[in-house]
Amino acid sequence: MKPDDFAFLSDLVKSRSGLVLTRDKAYLLESRLMPLARKRNMKGVDELVRVLRARRDEGLARDVTEAMTINESFFFRDIEPFDLFRNTVLPIFRKSRADTRSMRIWSAAACCGQEPYTIAMVLKEEAAKLAGWRIEILGTDISGDMVAKARAGVYSQFEVQRGLPITLLVKYFKKQGEMWQIDPSLRAMVQYQEHDLLHDLRPLGRFDVVFCRNVLIYFDPETKTRVLEGIARVMPPDGLLFLGGAETVIGVTDRFKPVPGQRGIFCLNRDPASAAHPESAASGAGAR
Amino acid sequence: MKSCLIVDASKVIRLVARKILEDLEFESEEVADGQSALEACRRRMPSAILLDWNLPVMSGIEFLRALRSLPGGEAPRVLFCTIENDLQHIQDAIKAGADEYIMKPFDSEIIQAKFAQVGLL
Ligand SMILES: C[S@@+](CC[C@H](N)C(=O)[O-])C[C@H]1O[C@@H](n2cnc3c(N)ncnc32)[C@H](O)[C@@H]1O
Repeated sequence: MKPDDFAFLSDLVKSRSGLVLTRDKAYLLESRLMPLARKRNMKGVDELVRVLRARRDEGLARDVTEAMTINESFFFRDIEPFDLFRNTVLPIFRKSRADTRSMRIWSAAACCGQEPYTIAMVLKEEAAKLAGWRIEILGTDISGDMVAKARAGVYSQFEVQRGLPITLLVKYFKKQGEMWQIDPSLRAMVQYQEHDLLHDLRPLGRFDVVFCRNVLIYFDPETKTRVLEGIARVMPPDGLLFLGGAETVIGVTDRFKPVPGQRGIFCLNRDPASAAHPESAASGAGAR
Repeated sequence: MKSCLIVDASKVIRLVARKILEDLEFESEEVADGQSALEACRRRMPSAILLDWNLPVMSGIEFLRALRSLPGGEAPRVLFCTIENDLQHIQDAIKAGADEYIMKPFDSEIIQAKFAQVGLL
């Protein structure tokens, strides 16, 4: 790919999604945009760029962005965050929300649903302790294709083998031909909506727990700050945030600080003017 | 070093599995049927067993039942790795004492995910 074609495409994707594509992702651009070019009867990525340069083609620009907002996910990704969610975070909220018995959880880059359905499975496994509770799970993603796939809850054999314990596959999935369909009771626990993290988040409501994992890594520093500060505004003071293994708030925003000893979990900084405590900063920077 | 016994009638599959497991720092031993697998376990219990279902001499599930009744036979983590991908086979495997279940075809990511699942990584 010609360097200025690459620059054009990466500018386009960045302005629309905040996703930063480094030069080493050039091959990824080619391989993901080829099918798109063919679908539109274009000879290749060169022609696709020519068309985009020549005129404003909203649909094409959106398709390019969607093809590039890397959409890979697994059930129980990294295992540990979901153990922490079950054994540490849920007990905290069971106490602090004992009066209303309600909670809202947000999977902010839900991809094809693995993350919100993982949360739903954990809640199901803990159902005995949560009798009478109303817990909402919202999954949002910028990609309409992802949201549609998440809603359908149908996964390939390959997808159900990455992270999902076999006992949970047997318990919560049904085989349909070569695919696996998630149980209707789990589907009913999760609402999905198409939403861009760079847009105003307040219409989504407030969330006690937010999972925003493996999406900030694609954003440049200013966008990371902007998204995290947006998320802070939709959380109550005692809300908790989960980030991915390679993500942190350190050096990005002082609205959040790491929860000491709980890798990957962040809480709101009540006093943002004073920097996070040095010891908690250290434990956060050491995350993976 | 953790060890894995690879039980599969296909030499090619054994080779692919061995390569992946070596990258995950497992020392591996290969056998082609259930009977030889049982003998290997009598000599020395491995940390993990990657087990095909359809095997000559003694099938995977027969081997698993025999293993679990041996002294010390509860210890190895057993991961089925088979083309059988219907619910009935999976449930039978779990009942017989399998810790995980891999449906072929597999790749290194699946093997890694499943070994992490059973606490070996
Ligand atoms: C690598 S996946 C992460 C999925 C899941 N959270 C996980 O950790 O496995 C990244 C997802 O972020 C979505 N995404 C990218 N940019 C976004 C944006 N600006 N707003 C919302 N979602 C976005 C992509 O469509 C993709 O599904």
